[in-house]
Amino acid sequence: MPEVTYREAIRQALRWQLQNDERVFLMGEDIGAYGGSYAVTRGFLDEFGPKRVKDTPIAESVIVGAGIGAAMTGLKPMVELMTINFSLLAIDQIVNNASKLHYMSNGQINVPIVIRMAGGGGSQLGAQHSHSLESWYAHVPGLKVAAPATPYDAKGLLMTAFDDENPVIFIEHTALYTSKGEVPEEPYRVPFGKADLMREGTDVTLIGYGGSVWQCSRAAQKLEAEGITADVLNLRTLSPLDREAILASVRKTNRAIVVEDDWEFGGFGGEIAAIIQEHAFDDLDGPVMRCSGADLPTPYNGALEQAVLPQEADIVRLVKEMV
Amino acid sequence: MSSIVGRKPTTTRGEGGPDPIALLATMMQIRRFEEKAAEMYARGKIKGFLHLYIGQEAIATGAIAALRPDDYIVTHYREHGHALARGLEPGRIMAELFGRETGVTGGRGGSMHLFDAAKSFMGGYAIVAGHMPLACGIALGEQYKGTDRIAVNFLGDGAVNEGEFHEALNLAQVWKLPVLFICENNLYGMGTDVRRVSAVIEVYKRAQAYAMPAEQVDGMDVLAVHKAVERMADHARSGQGPAFLEMICYRFRGHSMADAEPYREKAQIEVWKRFDPIKQLKDRLLASGALDDGRFEQMQEEADAVANEAARFAEESPNPPLESLHDFLFKESGDA
Repeated sequence: MPEVTYREAIRQALRWQLQNDERVFLMGEDIGAYGGSYAVTRGFLDEFGPKRVKDTPIAESVIVGAGIGAAMTGLKPMVELMTINFSLLAIDQIVNNASKLHYMSNGQINVPIVIRMAGGGGSQLGAQHSHSLESWYAHVPGLKVAAPATPYDAKGLLMTAFDDENPVIFIEHTALYTSKGEVPEEPYRVPFGKADLMREGTDVTLIGYGGSVWQCSRAAQKLEAEGITADVLNLRTLSPLDREAILASVRKTNRAIVVEDDWEFGGFGGEIAAIIQEHAFDDLDGPVMRCSGADLPTPYNGALEQAVLPQEADIVRLVKEMV
Repeated sequence: MSSIVGRKPTTTRGEGGPDPIALLATMMQIRRFEEKAAEMYARGKIKGFLHLYIGQEAIATGAIAALRPDDYIVTHYREHGHALARGLEPGRIMAELFGRETGVTGGRGGSMHLFDAAKSFMGGYAIVAGHMPLACGIALGEQYKGTDRIAVNFLGDGAVNEGEFHEALNLAQVWKLPVLFICENNLYGMGTDVRRVSAVIEVYKRAQAYAMPAEQVDGMDVLAVHKAVERMADHARSGQGPAFLEMICYRFRGHSMADAEPYREKAQIEVWKRFDPIKQLKDRLLASGALDDGRFEQMQEEADAVANEAARFAEESPNPPLESLHDFLFKESGDA
């Protein structure tokens, strides 16, 4: 199986969609002539032309709203918002329109749109360009939220997103675009709501999504050298959420840590902890812990930024305190 | 469904000009429907917000009559008149205001969210200007598919200071989208006089700043509305890009049923009532001999009957079953 980057895996899914479904078109800021802020769509304008690959004004609300409107006419737009930070300018469209139209119209209208955005910190981009706001979208009924951690998942989840008849928020992690992994050349689907147990152990469950999966993995490797083994659960999608996989793992290991770049207060880690205590309280040997980003704006300075983000050393320390 | 006869859309395109009697009948039916809705609200049958269209009937009536039945309508939350003018069944609209299963959105939408996708009525929206990007997108979808359908986007004067107004107008013009924006300028954004909050009070000038044809129209004159919309719809349909109409109008009732109207003088309302769109057209038709008092009485009785029947139908309709609560959160792949 060829080894490709996370970026290339996403490109493969987008190209396949453009080649095989006339209803699919892409729109976003600098996705055409510039080739995409993260070079995901480089060359697409030449290959598919301006009808299928549309450069937009810097106007996030109308970019997303126009995508929703086009989806209402039976097309399958893919809107790229460059980064999750800019999605805040489109949140009215996402929350008030995309997520509600099927329900509010009593099933008359649906919104098959894919909204891609890059998220996550760690690149010294400062407080306004380093957000991890996945939980905000996962909070909204009517949206599906995918956050791939591997090239294989990135391609397979994006293919599934295009099959979906509903709005999908597709969050890529900026630090992963150059990471590599095995990806089949042919199209395939990774289903939503099915977590991937990437590593198996007996002492603790480490739960992550997107970039934090790799912190979990590296921490698990270190712990193994010290005789502690961990389940590493890659959620793949936050909504729908694979509750069964989480609970099954916790029932085996009796301990869990949720790892996420996002702020701790009111975050997704708290939701997972609540689900575990509601459904597997008697299986727990101790409280579910969170290893999250500090509740601060992300500072620019490299050392300060790393101190804000959860590190594998933090996970290792937490696990040792628990077992 | 019930004994209510589904009203035909009053499209008058390509028939040698609009039929003023049909336009008058539509306006009268909207007026009666809204008065009946107010009565039902007072009796506690309708809950939540209720924004009446009384005074502005000429706009929805004249505009929608000038469109093709397959042209999309994307509108604001004061939209009962638009739904009636497009030919949605009065009984099913009233049932929606009552929150009943037989309503146009099965009791899920309510007064502000009427939908009938089969009639290209793509919804009433309750976030000011938030629906404008959707109208652009619907127009984009038809442009992409190569059809000659247009999207018509009704908005209020309150929308023009929102960022989404400007984003939508700019994109529509940059991409030459087949969309016609119709701003119903009733001079008040809820209770705030436009002069207090707008740097430029002539709304059409803002659209001109985006290099699209934009005009101001007497929104109390249904024939003027019809004429302007027919012309601007042709422009939008021609592939030359969007167009914009500012309709000057006045609502005779409060912003919603909860509005005690402390912000405007009763005398001002009385002045505007001289320009009542129904009265204006009626007087004109009586003077020309196209209408007589007997016929007008009969039209009034018909409008009464439709409104009464709508209320009866709504009242007798069941509530949506609680078991349906979770339906339509997501569309399953493979669903029709």
